[in-house]
Amino acid sequence: MRPENTTSAVDQNEQELRQLHLNTEVISVINDAGISLRDVTKRYGNKAVVDNINLVIEPGEFMTFLGPSGSGKTTTLNMIAGFVSATEGLLHIYGKPVAKLPAHKRDIGMVFQNYALFPHKTVAENIAYPLDRRKIAKAEQKIMIAGALEMVRMGEFGDRFPTELSGGQQQRVALARALVYKPRVLLMDEPLGALDKKLREWLQKEIKRIHREVGSTFVYVTHDQEEALSLSDRIAVFNNGRIEQVGSPADLYEKPETLFVGRFLGESTVLSGAMVSSANGETVLDISGHAIRVPGRLDSDSLAILIRPENITLCDEGTAPATLDSNTLPVTVLDANYLGSSWRCEVELPDGSTGTVRAAQASGVREPGSRAWMRWNVECGVLLEDTGDEGASLT
Amino acid sequence: MTLKRALGALAVLTVLWLLLPTLVIIPMSFNSAASFNFPPQGFSLQWYENFFTDPSWLRALGSSLQVALITMVVATALGIMAAIGLSKVKFRGKALLESYFLTPLIVPGIVIAIGLYSLFLRFNLLGTLPGFVLAHTVVALPLVIINVTASLQGVDPKLEQASATLGAGRLRTFFSITLPLIMPGVTAGALFAFVTSFDEIILSLFIQSPQLQTLPVKIYNSVTQASDPTVAAVAVIAMLTSVLVMLTAQFATRKRKRASV
Repeated sequence: MRPENTTSAVDQNEQELRQLHLNTEVISVINDAGISLRDVTKRYGNKAVVDNINLVIEPGEFMTFLGPSGSGKTTTLNMIAGFVSATEGLLHIYGKPVAKLPAHKRDIGMVFQNYALFPHKTVAENIAYPLDRRKIAKAEQKIMIAGALEMVRMGEFGDRFPTELSGGQQQRVALARALVYKPRVLLMDEPLGALDKKLREWLQKEIKRIHREVGSTFVYVTHDQEEALSLSDRIAVFNNGRIEQVGSPADLYEKPETLFVGRFLGESTVLSGAMVSSANGETVLDISGHAIRVPGRLDSDSLAILIRPENITLCDEGTAPATLDSNTLPVTVLDANYLGSSWRCEVELPDGSTGTVRAAQASGVREPGSRAWMRWNVECGVLLEDTGDEGASLT
Repeated sequence: MTLKRALGALAVLTVLWLLLPTLVIIPMSFNSAASFNFPPQGFSLQWYENFFTDPSWLRALGSSLQVALITMVVATALGIMAAIGLSKVKFRGKALLESYFLTPLIVPGIVIAIGLYSLFLRFNLLGTLPGFVLAHTVVALPLVIINVTASLQGVDPKLEQASATLGAGRLRTFFSITLPLIMPGVTAGALFAFVTSFDEIILSLFIQSPQLQTLPVKIYNSVTQASDPTVAAVAVIAMLTSVLVMLTAQFATRKRKRASV
């Protein structure tokens, strides 16, 4: 590379950013980020498919865009890739403004759901394609192709055509092709969507291993919350063209900031009610006539408490109700399923909605139709604004 | 059972009806008498000899091949671009534009011929090589567009996106990815264009000049002006050329179907 040119390009870039009246702090965030999206909007006609998104993806991070279909996650990925141009906003990859750069000049790798291998080229020719574009000598290409195939454990398959491979094998070749030229950014658009569950889980591990090996910035789009939880350093949850919350999988699961995020990730029981009182960092809600305590306070007319099923236990009727640090609520058991590692019960809450309880042992389960109490520790409840996002609970 | 037999007979009759006029020309071309009378008398190669020794016939064959080859190249290049453009862009009235490209297949040849005649008269293109190529391209282009469009539908648009992320610009992507994948359709379209031009008579009759005649025009003139059985030999040669090209096109299409499975 030519360091002089690079420096002057960065200077010019900084000048451009200064002209936009961004302060030095913001500019340094943009320059230090792997990928930076600032006030990015994509409109088709009057409809904003992506609505004013701000996101900083750290270099080397594994970032997942998670959301239902139509939430704007794929459009955002396509804007980073260069297939879709942003209507407004700043887009930087490793400090370089790319909004006006065509896809083939962004030096990214991409993996598609349907593999997108070139059917008229062999596996080795597919992987040689990006190397040819970079005018790398054939001898060197050979070593790089062998290395890339080795990385995805497809060393034997260089001479095969894509149609002679299974879906999982094709996707591994696609990974090798997207990584062989060591791009700093790898984009993945639901790469495991077309594969069956077993293969998906195995390839998840492979992708995680490869991410550790190459150290590039990975951006992964999926609507599968389990996949997002197990793969990502951080997850950005998309809904209606906006990012609801960005955080580590544990943050999102344990401390969701919106009801949508809480419902979209994992299973949950949601109790809606009005505030009775709030003092000493604790709020009391009226849930169908029962006073239920939850940590925190929120100024809103409609509130909800979200509890994860593994934090709830079922007790028989007549057992002592609330203790000092727990809440109880009478429920009717609707269904009980054995899942192997645990039991899962569906219960009817006093207001008629459905809740979920997970029990590690058969002793924590009750017959369908029977009445019981559900009990959970006060600090396991998460106080949220009730936005009524019913639809997000089913994925 | 009788119905089945009757239907079988009908089928045979239909085949004969379709084929006889074409096949009748073959024995005629070996006629030893200087007439078009059927059945022919004797056997002789004199009409073939006539054809290959008469410079005016050879010139017509040369012109035909020249016009057909150039038409094939021009129509294929334009047809590929039109098909790709139509497959990529979405806009109101696209269906209208698509059918507009195919009008030469529907509009009577004589209408196009008269239109071209008055235009070519104005621009001095009558009896010229560019004139023939322009005219033949009009009728050959729809065939290329149809064939290329069909094979483009089998190409996953994600492949072009993948090619872009791997560092290839649009032109590189076209030549390395898209073109090889639509090659069967392009080949078929090109051969159809060649045959269309090689067999074209209506437009050619209007554009011809004594200096530049294609083979079908020369055959027509020769039949109407003089009763020269050389025509039969020429017809056989023209037919063989067309059949050969069409068989190649068939083969190319068959390969396309197999590749898409």
